[in-house]
Amino acid sequence: MYYNALGEKVSRRRYREMLAAAKNRRELIAAGLHNRRDLFKMGLLTGTGMLVAKNGLSSRAWAQPFQQGAQNICAGAGLPASPPTRSFIVPLPIMPVAQTVSSLTPAPTIAPNTGAGEVRAAPHQAPGLGFPFPPPKLYRFTQQAIQVSQSPDLPLQTIWGFNDGHHATSPGPTYVAQYGVPQLTRNINALPPLSQNGGFGMPSVTTHLHNAHNPSESDGNPCDFYGIGNFCDQYYPNVLAGFNSDHQPNGDINEALSTLWYHDHRVDFTSQNTYKGLVGYYLLFNQFDTGNEETGFRLPSFPQFDVPLVFADKVYDPISKHLAFDLFSLDGIMGDKFLVNGQIQPFFQVEPRRYRFRLLDTGPSRFYEFFLTDLNNLGATNPFYVIGNDGNLLPAPVQVQSVRIGVAERVDVVIDFSAFAGKTIYLENRLNQLNGMGPVNAGQCTDSNGNPVPTMLAAGQGNLLLQFRVSGTHVQDNSGNPATQTFYQLPSTDAEPRITRTFKFDRLNGQWSVNGQFMDCHTFRFQVQQNSVENWILTNATGDWTHPIHIHLEEHQILSRNRQPPPLAIERSRKDVTQLHPQERVLLFFRFRDWLGKYPIHCHNVVHEDHAMMGLWHVQAEGDDVLVP
Amino acid sequence: MSLAGLASFAQVAGIAGVAGGLAQAGTAGAEEAVPSPRERIRRLYFPNVVLHTQDGKQVRFYDDLVKDKAVTINFFFAKCEEICPLVTANLAKVQRLLGDRVGRDLFMNSISLKPEEDTPAKLKAYAEKHGARPGWTFLTGAPADVELLRRSLGFTNPSAKVDKDLNQHIGNVRYGNEPLMLWAACPGQARAEWIVESVSWVMQPEAKPAMAPG
Repeated sequence: MYYNALGEKVSRRRYREMLAAAKNRRELIAAGLHNRRDLFKMGLLTGTGMLVAKNGLSSRAWAQPFQQGAQNICAGAGLPASPPTRSFIVPLPIMPVAQTVSSLTPAPTIAPNTGAGEVRAAPHQAPGLGFPFPPPKLYRFTQQAIQVSQSPDLPLQTIWGFNDGHHATSPGPTYVAQYGVPQLTRNINALPPLSQNGGFGMPSVTTHLHNAHNPSESDGNPCDFYGIGNFCDQYYPNVLAGFNSDHQPNGDINEALSTLWYHDHRVDFTSQNTYKGLVGYYLLFNQFDTGNEETGFRLPSFPQFDVPLVFADKVYDPISKHLAFDLFSLDGIMGDKFLVNGQIQPFFQVEPRRYRFRLLDTGPSRFYEFFLTDLNNLGATNPFYVIGNDGNLLPAPVQVQSVRIGVAERVDVVIDFSAFAGKTIYLENRLNQLNGMGPVNAGQCTDSNGNPVPTMLAAGQGNLLLQFRVSGTHVQDNSGNPATQTFYQLPSTDAEPRITRTFKFDRLNGQWSVNGQFMDCHTFRFQVQQNSVENWILTNATGDWTHPIHIHLEEHQILSRNRQPPPLAIERSRKDVTQLHPQERVLLFFRFRDWLGKYPIHCHNVVHEDHAMMGLWHVQAEGDDVLVP
Repeated sequence: MSLAGLASFAQVAGIAGVAGGLAQAGTAGAEEAVPSPRERIRRLYFPNVVLHTQDGKQVRFYDDLVKDKAVTINFFFAKCEEICPLVTANLAKVQRLLGDRVGRDLFMNSISLKPEEDTPAKLKAYAEKHGARPGWTFLTGAPADVELLRRSLGFTNPSAKVDKDLNQHIGNVRYGNEPLMLWAACPGQARAEWIVESVSWVMQPEAKPAMAPG
């Protein structure tokens, strides 16, 4: 029998949790954390001064939001909290640029080379449309276990990453691609055998290039997974949408993509495999977005002043101090440790000038709202520019004080540090999210004192993610001034849609669904006609939940939210993920061009995605008329 | 900051039992050894509670139902008129499709959410009515133990109101392989053939003779 201090009988399990909590608290004290600010910096205080340490921020189970009288009490809950880690003592890791290989053995083949162990759903479409085969750039990426340090206060972690032959990292090496230069990646599964997954992760993979206008067989479809020892050659044409339809032969420049990312997409196991490290960046440059601040749009030069940032929130076991994954969550997983480029709360030394940062939320389930915070001047607003949404440059930069993204969304921002010369400032997430449902909705719940739990936390009360140490020395800055820049025009949305389809995102007895149906690799919901225009209506029937909805192949534009134009200027853009808020109806405009084959629509809260909130559809020569697929 | 101060922070978060944890900590003894990942999963998710099968047999959840096995786990109750008949009929089809692999390579478990009402005899009648065959176990137990299992295995709703409504109980089916530490879930109403395919990923590990592409 086990009892708590009130003399109530508790389960052995609950008792063990209490012991773990007490141990955590002793560790906090042992770590010399004496004041609230220290706790903030450690990521141990959240919300309105809540101590996170007790139970972590996982959404799970036995301390769910509960009712007390008429009130809904908000509580983070679930797994034991991560052990304490010091913040801002390790520099920001920068992912290496992916290196090409001169040849591949066996040589790539247009039809899948099944005899050599290749698993690919179909022959490459690109060579038949005039693309060179093999293409001029070849990569050989091996997915394998790697040992990394994610904090000096944690033991080395065995996770999964990508090896380009020079570096084995997670996040993986950053592809630097050019429009007009097709490339091929041989993605090899060399993950450890099943018995060595360390507690989570499925060594069976399919690597999706997120946002790319790619042929289906190279898209990394969730159903095109393959096991250890197998590989898939993925052809990335790096071509503008419209090249084989309405803007022949080179495509529509106003469809140019900039910031893409790759990640595992294995059906039912994407959350585990991406959490374990199978993510990376893919940057796509052209004659305007050149990577050189003295040419084209004059955006800050890559790589010195153009820095990709991968955000992830994770939990570490308090006893083993190893990365832990909540295997039995259906709602979403909330980490209490915040990693940037694979390191918990790093610092970044910057010059007092403009930088381009590419911000990517890899989840698993958290939304972020990024602010710039000066802890010595909390009342100040520190504006910056959003220049791209989901990796696509806006018609013109938009000045903001903050920007919100959900899982898989990206924003490109330009921050001018010249006003902060000699100072230390922070990139801070002030969005309050307690469980997988999404950000706390206004009036959704209260703390145990009856005070409303806010959606947005005060400056300095959120999660400090990244510390910027701004040098005091003036340096050259040849990048353009965002206040006067313009980029691409938005493609017209005037075309009449061939069909308007409706997708209801729902939850039936905990079963995530799209139009009441569940993910199934053998069921295609509908058929899109190649080179046609469609409107899609996304509706949210899941009450208070927010879902980041992702659609493969083509970008979309948001025509309306609840029949009103999108309220945010940055949403007047091209998107590949749209946040679907509670009670919302969102109308999207699509052109499905150029390629044929199968693609999914899904929620990118990867826990929802893994629990069937996804559907497959085709692009074929002929479309169908299914209105509610 | 004092221990008491930290405890009060925790209470702000609406978390009970912290003071109890502190009070008991003094007698907790030596630090625990680091458990293996498999052991960690067992401790976090698989309370070894006593349950009763439809045949009246007493079993332990971890020792007898999960350990060293590939399994499915779902929750239901006999008088549930909405989702349960659909899921149970679907699982019966899954069992038929898998044939004699159920009971050998895969063990199916359905746990009652109304354990006080669903006696072993009632479970037996329910199992027979739905054509369940050996290898598919229907389980009941002490209400507190079943509730602990439900929470440990994540069959919960984050909304307290919804969580209390048995008609909205979680209809998903967990599938997993305990020694391989592979766990996932699919909707209980998914196509039976698709459930069979999903479950096969953990029954028949995908490891193949390694090839070495260039």
